[in-house]
Amino acid sequence: MKFQAASSIAAVLAALALPAHADSYKLPRNVILEEECGSCHMVFPPQMLHADSWRAMMGDLARHFGSDASLDEQRRIAITDFLVAHSGGRKTGATRDARGKPLLRISETERFIKKHREISAATWQRASIKSPANCGACHTRAAAGDYDDDTIRIPK
Amino acid sequence: MRHLLIIAATLLATSAYADTPLDFLARYEKDAGSPASAERGARFFNMKHGDEWSCASCHTERPTQVGRHAKTDKPIKPLAPSANAERFTDAAKVDKWFRRNCNDTLNRACSAQEKADVIAWLLTLN
Ligand code: HEC
Ligand code: HEC
Ligand code: HEC
Repeated sequence: MKFQAASSIAAVLAALALPAHADSYKLPRNVILEEECGSCHMVFPPQMLHADSWRAMMGDLARHFGSDASLDEQRRIAITDFLVAHSGGRKTGATRDARGKPLLRISETERFIKKHREISAATWQRASIKSPANCGACHTRAAAGDYDDDTIRIPK
Repeated sequence: MRHLLIIAATLLATSAYADTPLDFLARYEKDAGSPASAERGARFFNMKHGDEWSCASCHTERPTQVGRHAKTDKPIKPLAPSANAERFTDAAKVDKWFRRNCNDTLNRACSAQEKADVIAWLLTLN
């Protein structure tokens, strides 16, 4: 009995000690999000941006990184609420640029940069990768919200 | 063509929700006030209009095949109805993408004539 208690405490401690990379980026099913934010690129993990960033992005969809991604008002509000509810908050690190505007790119957040600091500039520029926003080039299961280490394969 | 229009108009009258590519063609031709030209549609689709992209930049010059988003590389299912039965069956979707893509390639909305021409051309592809 005593032994059992001790081993389950050990299990709990081991679970708590798991490194940050066990973070989950999975999402509850959301058909509207998949349809509207997964058509030009895969759905990006909302956990990797601050709520302020999502609100700013969702307020200017007609000029979305050089593309028109405008939406009807009902869907725009529903998606904003969902993204904000699953946003990363302060975990994303510094959330604003030098001029105080919310960062709009996940790939410019402190947390992203920290997690990818071992990747060289030359690697980012490979034709098979093109842009840090192309998560799926290296995270083979990114579209399913799976960013675990053992699913990463950096293309040549 | 006249027959097609009559058939399309009858379909429209009986089932407003079950849109087909021919329904869209008929509607845009009516709004434009003149018949569509597949040849004009092909030219329109494949040329640049002053900006970086043509329609073909993402949908390819043979839209019976899978396209690729010019910026993100994401695959795009074929646009020609013969290769993808879901195309031009949902008015909200068709309106939304004409609005966005015309804005991105022409910096303005597409006219009813241009939309009719494009659909007429897509319907000739097999
Ligand atoms: C050039 C390939 C590449 C691209 C593109 C890329 N990543 Fe990564 N990513 C990696 C590598 C390699 C690691 C692992 C770093 C490590 O373990 O030290 C990583 C780690 C991560 C982690 C941490 C996972 C963990 O186990 O802690 C997350 C989350 C993540 N990436 C998300 C993204 C997102 C979101 C995008 C797109 C916006 C993206 N990545 C684009 C290569 C890439
Ligand atoms: C009409 C096409 C289109 C639609 C629809 C669209 N996007 Fe984008 N998005 C883009 C493009 C293009 C980029 C820039 C990609 C690049 O730089 O490689 C982008 C980039 C992004 C980025 C930045 C990725 C990074 O870290 O660099 C985020 C976040 C994003 N989109 C979220 C969304 C959300 C949320 C929606 C749904 C409301 C959405 N997008 C819908 C085209 C689109
Ligand atoms: C930058 C890339 C890009 C360009 C340029 C582009 N499209 Fe698209 N188009 C898309 C994407 C992404 C979708 C939605 C994804 C899907 O439905 O597979 C789409 C969907 C559509 C649809 C929706 C059809 C339906 O019923 O599903 C139409 C119509 C369309 N495009 C027409 C055009 C026309 C006409 C042009 C040129 C004026 C054009 N596109 C230029 C990327 C592009």
